[in-house]
Order: sequence, then structure tokens, then C-alpha cells
Amino acid sequence: MVLNIRTMADYLAKGEMPEYLFWVGCAGSFDDRQKKVTRAFCEILQKAEISYAVLGTEESCTGDPARRTGNEFLFQMQAMTNIEVLNMYQVKKIVTACPHCFNTLKNEYPSLGGTYEVIHHTELLAQLLKEGKIEISEEREEIAFHDSCYLGRGNGIYEAPREIISQLQKDLKELKSCRTKGLCCGAGGAQVFKEPEPGAVDIQVKRTEEIIESGVKKVAIACPFCMVMIQDGLNKTGHDKDIQVVDLAELVQKAMK
Amino acid sequence: MTYFFQFLFIALLASMSYLIAMRFKGILATIRLSQPIQLSDQPIERWKRVFLLAFGQKKMFQKPFVGLMHFLIYIGFILINAEILEIILDGILGTHRLFAPFLGSLYPLLLNFFELLAAGVFLACLVFFARRGIFKVQRLQSENHSELKGFPIRDAYTILIVECVLMAALWTMNATDAVLQSRGVEHFQAVGSFIISENLIPFLDSYSTDALFLIERIAWWFHIAGILGFALYVTYSKHLHIFFAFPAAYYSSLKSSAYIPSLDSVTHEVKLMLGQPASGEAAPTNLRFGAKDVMDLNWKNLLDAYSCTECGRCTDQCPANQTGRSLSPRKIMMDTRDRLEEVSVILSKNKGQFVDDGQSLLDKISGEELRACTTCQACVEACPMELSPLNIILELRRYQIMEMSDAPAAWNSMFSNIETNQAPWKFNPSDRMNWTKS
Ligand code: HEM
Ligand code: SF4
Ligand code: SF4
Repeated sequence: MVLNIRTMADYLAKGEMPEYLFWVGCAGSFDDRQKKVTRAFCEILQKAEISYAVLGTEESCTGDPARRTGNEFLFQMQAMTNIEVLNMYQVKKIVTACPHCFNTLKNEYPSLGGTYEVIHHTELLAQLLKEGKIEISEEREEIAFHDSCYLGRGNGIYEAPREIISQLQKDLKELKSCRTKGLCCGAGGAQVFKEPEPGAVDIQVKRTEEIIESGVKKVAIACPFCMVMIQDGLNKTGHDKDIQVVDLAELVQKAMK
Repeated sequence: MTYFFQFLFIALLASMSYLIAMRFKGILATIRLSQPIQLSDQPIERWKRVFLLAFGQKKMFQKPFVGLMHFLIYIGFILINAEILEIILDGILGTHRLFAPFLGSLYPLLLNFFELLAAGVFLACLVFFARRGIFKVQRLQSENHSELKGFPIRDAYTILIVECVLMAALWTMNATDAVLQSRGVEHFQAVGSFIISENLIPFLDSYSTDALFLIERIAWWFHIAGILGFALYVTYSKHLHIFFAFPAAYYSSLKSSAYIPSLDSVTHEVKLMLGQPASGEAAPTNLRFGAKDVMDLNWKNLLDAYSCTECGRCTDQCPANQTGRSLSPRKIMMDTRDRLEEVSVILSKNKGQFVDDGQSLLDKISGEELRACTTCQACVEACPMELSPLNIILELRRYQIMEMSDAPAAWNSMFSNIETNQAPWKFNPSDRMNWTKS
């Protein structure tokens, strides 16, 4: 599919306003694996005829990793600069594929002057599937879902990802620790940007062991950092050949007619 | 003679009440040193929390058996203590079973009910004892969790034993009372024997009336002195939760557990730096960024530390702890409480003024522990009272990063990447749209 991606500046130049701003995020913009997810999500939006735009080079890190380390200065610098851009474009609705960007934009920008309706891409995908806006061809398979901390515990989104899986007629295999008890992938709190503290085993390896135990061939995630960590866990346990990690957007895109 | 015991009782009651009041005053004084936070919005939502989490024990029932056992103790404690009112009035007035004539046939019914509740408490304490000492529930073992070594583990067993002994005193009191009634001893009104204690009667029946009289009085005094002593002891123990669970539930955060509140002092400076009007935020009153010691935390953090039951559900769910890292969210709570107790001593020695003792909370919690947290919020989710070890960790991290500049090199380069490249990695910001060209 040829992607037709427009920026907020493109829209503004024509005096138009898209329905959604798609907040791509740093991982979605720069990480080679996650870029595929970004493209898959754009394909779906295009197919479902959703009007959306990206900020392009005007987008900047939300500041989430800085804030979680304790660097409140850097976080607020990023937040205020971003809020200025978002308010300048009079953005109302934001969709993002990153639970960390999602949480920051939704919960933490309002007190600094940036109030938007923010949804996670799994919520939008579940809704599009439910409304029949995307036609799918079904292929039954068993699939596990790894709950992201910032989606589940942080924002109570447990159902949307599961709805996507059942709408795609796939069989969900729940992991041993799931939903409110979902085990972290080990990336959050800016852990992914440094070596882990001394310990017996890497958190991502422990999480991956549960996935291996479940016997699935495929595990769905909904977060760029879970993607990195679970893949690393599979590599380290030597299961990278037999278990595949996919983002839910990729799953939908692949099933899309 | 009766006057003597009345005086003795009043003296005991007054002195214990004074000591307990002083303890609470000391606790509140430490909480008052802390930073402000607004947590009184949405009262209806908050009362709901109190009814669900505290009265209703909603999250305790996520482990149904433990939930039920704890419920027996909890309901027993609250209801049996209604009887304390009678005991106290009897003690002051030198009467015996003051309420019996007023309540008529309801009185034996109530006492039977209390005896059954006491049996529930007794049973539950035995189960809790077995769970710690025989079945060795992992999160309660000091061999696996060094923060439990010493006082905390002794504290846990002490309370369970004392509760059992208090219940036994209650039954002994009622059983001797029943025998004395049946012998028609003056002063002992015929209120009958009761469902549990009547089983003790055969053991007591052979004693002389004088001996029974003595046993009854000893059990009575032991029971009431035990309860008063317990109330004082509780203020030093993890069992402070029996009072603080309720305010802790009321003031628990209604926001997402992933939400981190803004630091106003930073907002003020950032706005100045960006040339924006910095009207809203008052100029910083606290000159420290983040928390080094307990008074830099907010009062809810401190209330949390006082309310913690040291149950370790948080640590049990913590991914860092599960994978052998030194971080334990329960230890964070216990360290905060320990530091508060130290501060409380400083305050009482210096007429309510805090005098720097060269110590701080960060002497108890290492940078390694703080850095191991993934901010996954599993600890907050696991806590039956929605206490947040995470909020304390984050405040300490702020101090660690902003005041001590104590960050690993990898984090420092992440910071400078965000500053110069607008992303945590070293990519050229003008390449941000390159993903569109597959
Ligand atoms: C007001 C009466 C209460 C009494 C007498 C009471 C008594 C106790 C006792 C004796 C234990 C010790 C268990 C052990 O050490 O093994 C305990 C533990 C505990 N209590 Fe309470 N409690 C009360 C209220 C509450 C409330 C309102 C809550 C709120 C949810 C609560 C939450 C807990 C928790 C989480 C534990 C730890 C349980 C564990 O180790 O698994 N308690 N309580
Ligand atoms: S938020 Fe931090 S302390 Fe709490 S469970 Fe997760 S890693 Fe452990
Ligand atoms: S913070 Fe909560 S879960 Fe953790 S030990 Fe204390 S009471 Fe238990």
C-alpha cells in the first residue's frame, strides 16, 4: 500500500483540520522494528479512511523517560515545548501507539496546560473492528498477549487489546501473570536506557519464560518498549526462531483484506 | 476496698490514655513536617474507597482465605471493643455488668455473639501463626526478606499471641462469672453461661468461691489492662494500620497509578527559562528538588508509611524483587516509617523543633534500590490499602538525579540526547519522518 502521510503543517496550509493527531513517538520514528508498526498502523488508518496527521519533525520526546528517572527539569522543558506546538495547531484528539507517550499526554500534560482527548491505538483499532470499518480475513491461531504496565495498571486498558484478538477470530492464550498482575517487561522507569541493576536474572527473561511456558508461537504486544524487551528475552533464551513478537497493529494490518 | 480498685482503674485508664494520646500527637507532629498535597476533592468517591477498601476489605478478599481470616479478626476487634465501654464504666463505677439490667434478654444474646467473635479471632490468629511459622509463606519470611529481621518479625508474632491470650482472658472471665452466678454469690447477676466459655466451667467448678472470685478479677484486669497496653503497643507496630487504614483509604490517590504530579518549583523555573509568564505557581518554598528525608515527602507518603502492614504483597509482585534485585517496596515503606520514628524522637527532645541529626531517609535506601524500579505500579496495585511505595521512590529519585546528579552514564547521555536531538537516542531530528520511506 502506498502511504499518503500528511503533517499538521500540510493540513494547516490548506486551512483544514484532521480528526486525529497521530503521535508517532521516538521509538515509532527511529527504531527499525517499531517503524514497521508505525507503517502498519498508518495503513489501517488510511484503509479505514480516518483523517489524521503527524507532527513530523515538529514532534519531540514527551519527556517521559526523563521524568521517570527523576529529571523533572528535562521533562517539563519537553512537555512545555510540546504543549506549545500542540496548542498552536489546536489539537483536540491524539492517538498514539506508545503507552508511555499515551500516559504522559493523557495524564500528565493537563496540569501543564495541555488538555487533549488521548487514546491508545489499541482502543481505536478495537473500535474500528467493532464498527466493521476494517474488513478482515480470518486465520485461526493461538496467540498470547503481554499486558503493558502503562496501558493496564496505569490506565485500566485491559479489554481493547483482547477485543482486537477476538475480533480477528484468534484464540487468546492468557499468560500466567496477566491483567492487573501482568509482569513488567523490564523497560519502564527508563530501565531500557541503561544496564539493569545487579540481580539474578533479567526481568525480560523472566517474562519471556512465561511466554515460552504458555506454548504459543506468537505473542502480541502493544508497546514499543515491550517489543524491544520481549524480543531480547527471546533472543537470550534461544527462542527467537520459534516465537514471534508482533504489535497488535501489525496483526490487524496482516488480517486486513 | 472497692474504692481502691476504682481509683486504681481510673489511674490506669487515665495514664494509658495519656500515653496513647502523646504517641498519636508525636505521630501527627512528624506528619505535619511534610509537604502539602491536595487530596480532599471528590468526597463521595473517597468515602466509597473507605467503604470498599477499608470497611469492605475488598482487596483483602483477592486472596479469599486470608481475606476471610483477616475479616474475622477485624470484625471481632471492632465489635468486641463495643463491650469495652461496659468494662470501662464498670471499672470506674465499681459496678458489675452494668448494661445487663438495661438490655434484658438481649444481653446474653450479645455476649454469646461476642464469644463467637472471639473464637473467630482466636482461630484466625492461629491460622496466621501457622501461615508464618509452619507453612512458611514466602513473603513473610525474614530469611528471604532482610527488612523483616529483628523487631518486625517479633512484632508480628507478639501481636498474634497477645490477641489469643486476650480472647482466652475474655472466656475465663465469663466462665468464672457463670460458676459464681450459679452459686448465687452476691454481685453476680444471673445472666447465664455463654456458648464458648461454658466449656471451661467443668475445669473451674471444683475451685472455692474465693479462688474463683480471684480468678475472675485477675482475668478481668488482665483483659482490660491487656487491651489498653495493646492500644499503646500498636502505635509502635505495623498494627497501627487498624486505625490508619481508614484515613489512608480516604486519601488514596484517585488518579492513575502511572500519574506523576508536577513539581511546582520546577514549573516556576522552567517557565522563566522559556520566557513564559510564571504567575500561577508560587515561587518555590521548598528549596530542595525531590526528597532526601521524610519532611520532603508529602503527608500522604508519610501516612502510607505509618499505615503499612508489612504484608509484602507489594514486594511479592515487584518485578525487580522477583528477579533478585535489592529493591523491595515493602522495605521502602518500612525505612520511611523507621526514619519517621527517629524524627519523632528528635521532635520530642527539642520541644517540637526538628534539629538536623546528620541523618536522612537516603541513608537507609541506596541509589541501587531506587534505580532498580521499573515504575510498573505492581506494588500499588497489590497493596490492599492502595498505599504507594512508588511515589516515595519517585520523590527520592528526583533528589538523586536533580540534587545529587547521581545518574548512570547511560542516563546522562539519554538526557543530553533528549536535549539536543529531541529523542532519547542519538538520531538526527531532521530524520524523524524517515519512517514514511520504508
Ligand atoms: C480495625 C481492625 C483491624 C484489626 C484488628 C486488624 C488486625 C490484623 C492482624 C492481627 C493482622 C496480622 C496478620 C499477621 O501478622 O499474620 C493484620 C494484617 C493485615 N491487615 Fe489488618 N486489621 C484491622 C483492619 C484492617 C483494615 C481496615 C485493613 C485494610 C485493608 C487491613 C489490612 C491488613 C493487611 C493488608 C494485613 C496483612 C495481611 C497479610 O499479612 O497477608 N486491616 N491485621
Ligand atoms: S513500581 Fe517499582 S517498586 Fe513498585 S513493583 Fe514496580 S518495580 Fe517494584
Ligand atoms: S505497602 Fe501495602 S502491600 Fe506493601 S507491605 Fe505495606 S501494606 Fe503490604
